[in-house]
Amino acid sequence: MSIKNVRLKIDELKTRMALIKNLQLSIGRVTEETPEEPLGPTPFPSLTTLREWDMKLLKRYKPYYLPFCDVCCLCTFGKCDLTGNKRGACGLNMSAQQSRMVLLACCIGAATHIGHARHLVEHLIEKFGRMHPVDVGGVNVEVEAPVTRLVCGVKPKTLGDLEVVLDYLENQLTHLLSITHTGQEGNNLDFESKVFHAGMIDQVGMEVADLAQISAYGFPKADPEAPLIDLGFGVVDINKPVILCIGHNVPPAIGIVDYLTENGLQGEVEVCGLCCTAHDVTRYNPKAKIVGPISWQLRFVRSGVPDVVVVDEQCIRTDILLEAQKVKAPLIAASEKNCQGLEDRTNDDPDKIVEDLVNERVPGVLILDPEKVGEVAVKVALKLAPKRKKFKVIPEVKDVIEGAKRCRQCYRCTRACPNNLPIPEAMKMAAEGNLDKLNEIYDECIGCIRCEHACPEDLPIHSFIVKAAEKKMKNETFKVRAGRGAIQDIEIREVGGPIVLGEIPGVIAFVGCANYPKGGREIAEMAMEFAKRRYIVVTSGCAAMSAGTYKDEDGKTPYEIFPGYFDAGGLLNVGSCVSNPHIAGAAIKIASIFAKRKLMGNYEEIADYVLNRVGAVGVAWGAMSQKAASIASGFWRLGVPVVVGPHGIKYRRMLLGRADKEEDWYVYDARTGEKVYVGPAPEHLFYAAETKEEAMVMIAKLCMRPNDTTKGRAIKLTHYIDLHKRLYGTMPEDIHLFVRTLADVPITMKDEIVKILEEKGWKERPIPDPTLLPRLIRKRKEEQP
Amino acid sequence: MSMGDPWQTAEIPGPKKALVMTKPEIVTAMIKRAKRPILIVGHRAAEIDLGEELLIDYLIRFAKKTGIPVVATAHILGEFLKRGFKPAHMPAVNIGSRLADPEWQGLDGKGQYDLVLLVGMQYYFEWLILSSLKHYAPYLKTISLDNVYQPHASWSFPNLSMGKWKEALNVVMQKLEGGT
Ligand code: SF4
Ligand code: SF4
Repeated sequence: MSIKNVRLKIDELKTRMALIKNLQLSIGRVTEETPEEPLGPTPFPSLTTLREWDMKLLKRYKPYYLPFCDVCCLCTFGKCDLTGNKRGACGLNMSAQQSRMVLLACCIGAATHIGHARHLVEHLIEKFGRMHPVDVGGVNVEVEAPVTRLVCGVKPKTLGDLEVVLDYLENQLTHLLSITHTGQEGNNLDFESKVFHAGMIDQVGMEVADLAQISAYGFPKADPEAPLIDLGFGVVDINKPVILCIGHNVPPAIGIVDYLTENGLQGEVEVCGLCCTAHDVTRYNPKAKIVGPISWQLRFVRSGVPDVVVVDEQCIRTDILLEAQKVKAPLIAASEKNCQGLEDRTNDDPDKIVEDLVNERVPGVLILDPEKVGEVAVKVALKLAPKRKKFKVIPEVKDVIEGAKRCRQCYRCTRACPNNLPIPEAMKMAAEGNLDKLNEIYDECIGCIRCEHACPEDLPIHSFIVKAAEKKMKNETFKVRAGRGAIQDIEIREVGGPIVLGEIPGVIAFVGCANYPKGGREIAEMAMEFAKRRYIVVTSGCAAMSAGTYKDEDGKTPYEIFPGYFDAGGLLNVGSCVSNPHIAGAAIKIASIFAKRKLMGNYEEIADYVLNRVGAVGVAWGAMSQKAASIASGFWRLGVPVVVGPHGIKYRRMLLGRADKEEDWYVYDARTGEKVYVGPAPEHLFYAAETKEEAMVMIAKLCMRPNDTTKGRAIKLTHYIDLHKRLYGTMPEDIHLFVRTLADVPITMKDEIVKILEEKGWKERPIPDPTLLPRLIRKRKEEQP
Repeated sequence: MSMGDPWQTAEIPGPKKALVMTKPEIVTAMIKRAKRPILIVGHRAAEIDLGEELLIDYLIRFAKKTGIPVVATAHILGEFLKRGFKPAHMPAVNIGSRLADPEWQGLDGKGQYDLVLLVGMQYYFEWLILSSLKHYAPYLKTISLDNVYQPHASWSFPNLSMGKWKEALNVVMQKLEGGT
């Protein structure tokens, strides 16, 4: 072990000479090297360390800019008109400005996760001590922090070790954000390289957060059989007092669960959640319930079910206080990042706070102590529930009909609606007493209430929709497997071979938010299709919830139909947003555990391995946030393509390969050093699909990798062709680009494909040991000394 | 709502905005003037009912009449094939990025296009594809054939009711048939 740097932190030291409190001494970082795990070339990479790798990716996957705004208004030179790639007063052109905005979004995303991680680690160190071990799966997970090891070259053993990692991340993040200042970077590709850097450090930040919470709170540890959790609007017992937790940072929700347990009140109060806090509280206590993804906030609050609303941080509706007030439910804000204008009552007597809330003296409070949040929320829920009687603002049917009669058919609602939903038509029918169309709209409504703000008649349109769909909503009872966390090393050993050889056709990760173009059901349909085809299907975040919202004829939901193992045909939920690195980690572990590539501080080589060999694809069908942008960019640098739904085109930049440019698709054969054409595999790195059907065909195609064996390629081609035929009604026209030798051709389609190959003038080509890195070329035997 | 208001209220563009096609004849005039036009059809064309026919059926007639090559995006390819019409097929972002590349030689290898007609994608999706072309393809004129104002096109219909839109499309067809 070589200690490059030293860090010392003393909370309290009493000597005869003095009392020392909170002494922190940091002399750089601790990196670790053992004979089994030598340190690679890039531990703790700086902004430009991996620039060369990024440029290799960007040469093949060129940015395609779709400006979302024609001007720049970031400084007082502006607004500057950048139309037609003009330059602004600072000299920046449209392309650089678009990539600058992408970088800004990724910095926001990364800062959110890294801030979240810092907050969690500090809180958990306070509770469990700096020496609390990092343990995410006991002996089953020896590579406990694949992303951190890869990026930083350190092995975090304790919670305290995570602080060193966070110091590095915060340092990089500050530099990255500074790059978006006027008059810094001027080249769009350099901006893009920094976007990748932001994504990479974001992955580390998320990993730190999840390692800390799994280790300290005892969440499922790489458990394929993590318990099944109740999911859906209809699973919440409305006969009990209900506490609703919204957000991402779980300590306050855990404070609630702990208070209930310590006071023998389990079973008397329902604890449920929306978004990632819901995932994480159910990883702590499987009796907690998940209402649904983030965009279900208003429909649930307005229905009056929650007696208390507790918010922590991220993706919370910023008008949640107003909405909670409408149903007379007090709001407890529990994060410094989201104070909601409320009075800070952290140091007050809990009973006094309870009294003020129950007697409606204040609409809500700020409490920055998770344990106190637990006590106050429970006491308020118990006292208030009998008083509130689930007071709701969802109107009765007759009120919907009366309201609909006031509709002017002005279409302002539809023009405000992100999904262009046909509200005026539905209102017309509702005015005649028929709520069917409003009920239909429910399935595609993301609950943003832009329609309500646009309506000149102030009609509570969303509430009308919710009323029309009331019956359907109450029947929403599904299951989701609790977030299992990491993938076990043994699982990787077993599937590493079949994945790298292509015999398991791919690993598909459904991740991200709920800004769906046609409802969450599309996620369940896609996930099931690929699980049935024996891909490995991984989920996280809001997408993990939506993946569960389906029932077969026997009433079984996807997580009951498919097993939770990281294996062909598995459907596994890794957990919340910060659990995403377990997915990247699985790809990294395939390279390190299965293929025995060096891991520590060896980013470029592992990313090259993943890009060329691991058929993994991320799908963020409802990607909405800046966090989703940074999560995606972490996958890009690692060589994992990401497909987004149509709203994802608003991220304003795609990374697209050009299958028609043969010169873009050459790799080195590591055996000989020769350059070999491998076809467009994977064709794109960031891609927005117009429809679910298009996405499914593209996902299957993006799973192909240059390293596939002939057997593996034949399997992958079978799925690609089969989906293409089913969804597009014809054979794909680019098969010849993916067939390297006749052995690649799926046997059942041989005649048909051979005919196409002949028409296209196809020629057989070798299958290399693919790499983009000249330094990985092994010298021929005779050249070796 | 004025004629130059984007259909989605907040999708404000500018300073350069599409000219409003108050007369459908502009479409035929532009087609006649173009040397290499291309029509891109998004998935919604198979969902939009014009009364006697679906939009896709109209577009097939339109393509046959003009001989303009068609690119079907997303999964609408199958709908064309069912109708015995074989368009080229490419995802929207692929055709968009190729059109924004001055070096691209077109579907037939004979050179970049000079007129792009677009129709049938989600409003915001088409909005952004048109934005990329407005900023990066100065050699292209773009026309939105949808019944909503697409500010990033060179020319767009204003926001039209279904009836008015149908009328406009019929005029385009008549003018094509009339050969004037
Ligand atoms: S609440 Fe639903 S219907 Fe209203 S604008 Fe949002 S998505 Fe459209
Ligand atoms: S905005 Fe209001 S009044 Fe106008 S069409 Fe929609 S519901 Fe009717």
